[in-house]
Amino acid sequence: MKQLYTWAAICVIVFASVVGDVLLSHAMKQVGDVGELRRRVGFAKVIGRTLRNSNFLLAVASMAAAFFSLLFALSWGDVSLVAPAAASLTFLANAVAAKVFLHERVDRRRWIAAGLVAAGVALLAG
Amino acid sequence: MNFRKYLVLAGVTVFAVAGDSMLSHGMKQVGSISIHHLWSVLFAVLNPWVALGILFLLGFFATYTNALSWADLTYVMPATALGYVLLALVARFVLHEHISTLRWIGILLIAAGVGFVAGGPALTEHPLKECGKLTEETHATAVASGVES
Repeated sequence: MKQLYTWAAICVIVFASVVGDVLLSHAMKQVGDVGELRRRVGFAKVIGRTLRNSNFLLAVASMAAAFFSLLFALSWGDVSLVAPAAASLTFLANAVAAKVFLHERVDRRRWIAAGLVAAGVALLAG
Repeated sequence: MNFRKYLVLAGVTVFAVAGDSMLSHGMKQVGSISIHHLWSVLFAVLNPWVALGILFLLGFFATYTNALSWADLTYVMPATALGYVLLALVARFVLHEHISTLRWIGILLIAAGVGFVAGGPALTEHPLKECGKLTEETHATAVASGVES
């Protein structure tokens, strides 16, 4: 039963992380290059601009959900299963989501990289 | 890509590793959370390792947000994976733990994956911007060739 909980929690982690990552990436592209903005308008204004972005706030909420699911999963399952399983699945799902929702040019180079990294993370758990 | 940006990516990696390790250490001390008392997870933050882990994960979030403001998600992602490599190297050379061949292969795969992405462009030039450039160029050519006058 605990194994079922663990995998359910892993699925929730992956889903919430991908939603969070995609929203955050989208939000930060709307805000603009933080380093450059800081030089132009100052640190406080950059923070204000980021915090007023609704996508940013939704991203934070999603990431908080992913974080608490991670805490549950870690208390039910082994860290050597949970962390790599969630991470490698998130990598692959993120690559797909970035292409579909963010229209990033996920070329062959980035697909290979996502696959290599996901496989590598899975092997580290072994 | 300049030095500052590489520093931000390094921050993403280091904060993620430190935060995750502390969190996992803390949650082991807290123990299993009952499915009937899910809210008791809130008490987990009272554990000093969990609290410190959260602090480092906030640092991770700050650097990650910064990186995503100038690079693609699929470019920044592998930087977090590099953390697993770092973790394994610390385990091997600082804690003198044994690392199996399978894990070394895993480390090599991640390193290769990161190398692949790092060699490419950091940000996708979106067609909208390219379109804008193109019309300007066409306009310039048109003006130059005297079509408009």
